[in-house]
Amino acid sequence: MANLVNLIITGLATGAIYALVAIGFTLLWQTSQTINFAQGDFVMLPAFFMLPMLHAGVPYWLAILIGVILSMLILGYGYKKLLVDPIRKHGVLPLAIAGMALSIFMQEGVKNYTAEAHVFPALIPNLDFHIFGAVVSAQSIAVVVVALAVVIALQWLLNKTLVGHQMQATAQNSTVARLLGIPVERMVLYTFLINGALVAIASALVSPLIFAKFSTGNIMGMAAFTAAIVGGFNQVRGAIAGGLLLGVVNNIGSAYISAQYRDAIPLLLLILVILFRPQGLMGRAEERTV
Amino acid sequence: MKLLKFAGLMVAASGLASVAHAADKSPIAMQDIAELSGGGATVGTHWRDGIDLAIRDINKAGGVLGHPLTVVHADTASSAGTARALMLKAIDAKPYVILGPGYSGSVAVTGPMAAKAKIPEIMGGEAEGLTLKGNDYLFRTSFGQQSTMPKVAKFIQDHWKAKSVAVAYVNNDFGKDGKNEVEKDLKALGINVVADLPSEAGQVDFASDVSKIKAAKPDVLFIYDNEEESANMMKELGREGVKIPIMGETTIAGQKVIDLAGKDAEGIYCHVGLTTDADIPAIQKFRKEFVDAYHYVPDHNGMKGWLAVQLVKAVTEKMGKVDQADFAKTLHGMTISAKTDPGILMTVTYSKTGDLSRESFLVHVENGKQKIVQILPPLKN
Repeated sequence: MANLVNLIITGLATGAIYALVAIGFTLLWQTSQTINFAQGDFVMLPAFFMLPMLHAGVPYWLAILIGVILSMLILGYGYKKLLVDPIRKHGVLPLAIAGMALSIFMQEGVKNYTAEAHVFPALIPNLDFHIFGAVVSAQSIAVVVVALAVVIALQWLLNKTLVGHQMQATAQNSTVARLLGIPVERMVLYTFLINGALVAIASALVSPLIFAKFSTGNIMGMAAFTAAIVGGFNQVRGAIAGGLLLGVVNNIGSAYISAQYRDAIPLLLLILVILFRPQGLMGRAEERTV
Repeated sequence: MKLLKFAGLMVAASGLASVAHAADKSPIAMQDIAELSGGGATVGTHWRDGIDLAIRDINKAGGVLGHPLTVVHADTASSAGTARALMLKAIDAKPYVILGPGYSGSVAVTGPMAAKAKIPEIMGGEAEGLTLKGNDYLFRTSFGQQSTMPKVAKFIQDHWKAKSVAVAYVNNDFGKDGKNEVEKDLKALGINVVADLPSEAGQVDFASDVSKIKAAKPDVLFIYDNEEESANMMKELGREGVKIPIMGETTIAGQKVIDLAGKDAEGIYCHVGLTTDADIPAIQKFRKEFVDAYHYVPDHNGMKGWLAVQLVKAVTEKMGKVDQADFAKTLHGMTISAKTDPGILMTVTYSKTGDLSRESFLVHVENGKQKIVQILPPLKN
């Protein structure tokens, strides 16, 4: 029982990070029909914005804040203006391929700078808590808390503010939104900026767990993409549920079913969801007009 | 007229002689196939820099039998498929020897190709099976698992009087071979393997592995993972407050792993075939030169790269000629003494299978550094 509790809590911590990245996938898809195949590397890169500052003695919170701002500018604004806008008009497929190219470019760029793994300081010191007999690390709890706080803030922005309503309207039907006078392009830009912030926060949360390394994005991108599909690609809450579920299933599956097939277990879940609920666990079925 | 013809012949003869002389001093070309990017980038870059340093030193001292050494580096991107393609390209270039790769999976693919082309391949792979397939052209630069795991099992028995062990290993051919070998050696000593913990390269969460360790309650944990996964495993153990004696083989006592794992690496024991911390003058000289040249401390892979080139020098000088056909034949059963060939760092003997035997080290991690606590004698081939 104690082990199970621990597996669930650490799984939720990992899953919460997947969820943040998966939310970015869904936001970009809803507002701009963009699937960012470099999303995993978007998580990898901000750690390398923050690390030099941390090494230079910049306070932790300030380094994270500057990292988030840089990420919003480069991975949000820059990505949209330099890659998405020129290519999107040619269709989803060219954009998907451009994303893959960007992924390789980012990995190789960082690798030229440093190919080694780097220690990234944790959010809080290493302390243990005892929950139902299980020893749970404070870092796992902190990751869950921060990720949940970010998700709640995002939900508040989307549901309780005028800008959030405009963003949702843009996501649901950009043509009608434009007719209603909503500045659609600006709303789309906001989602890219939000994605930039989300990946930077995910980067700060995951890097202490698996180190900062050029190849981190491979795992994160795949896991978050799977989470987004499992939860529902067109719903933010679906991405959250998918991420959390994936983290927990991965842990419990590798502990109680097979560690050798740990990478296959989430994909089995993905196949089951696609077969029996193609819109995802919490996704909305979309009708297509022909 | 006759005098002119004679003078012309003399000039032509001297020209030919100078061409022949130049041919005598033609470079000995080697091809390096290494993991310069991807998951094995650390392995490959250390290996490459070791090679380059050895070549620089040897060429500065006049080369091998007067021939300068050259090398072309190629990047496998840590993929066996790419290594195979690069080996095809390398064979076309007809190098004297092939150096690398470092990953056992890549060596398993490239070894038969080099053998077919009759080109000696001096590699960094450590999987047990590599030298058990009758390949006469394949040579190690470090111990195979069949040489290291008996020492590991013996230490676990002697030091901790262990009755049960959990084995964490990287879930690939290298890791599985090592796990099978150590399991066999532990069983022979009456020690049970009570938890089997495969991990994937780049694995994010080690909580399930640690939960299995807690459930199995082994006396000792043996870690045979890649660098980051080794560090992550130790960090997760630390995060969950699990105190367990840890034994490793080479990787977990690397300075990079110690740095990544921080205080969670304190107290681990590890068998190490090669270490730059060894208090051996030749090794310390190598280390200093390496640090001066590249501004970082080499790990065992840097030493392996260096030794691969020194092996080429020692064998070629023993033959007294640059003869690819005789290279493998000469190296089989050859002992290279560190007294006569200081570049070889420690006296080494090669078996008929391409395995090697030499002294090795048992290290303990104290205050974030390796400390050698025992020098283990060479095994008999």
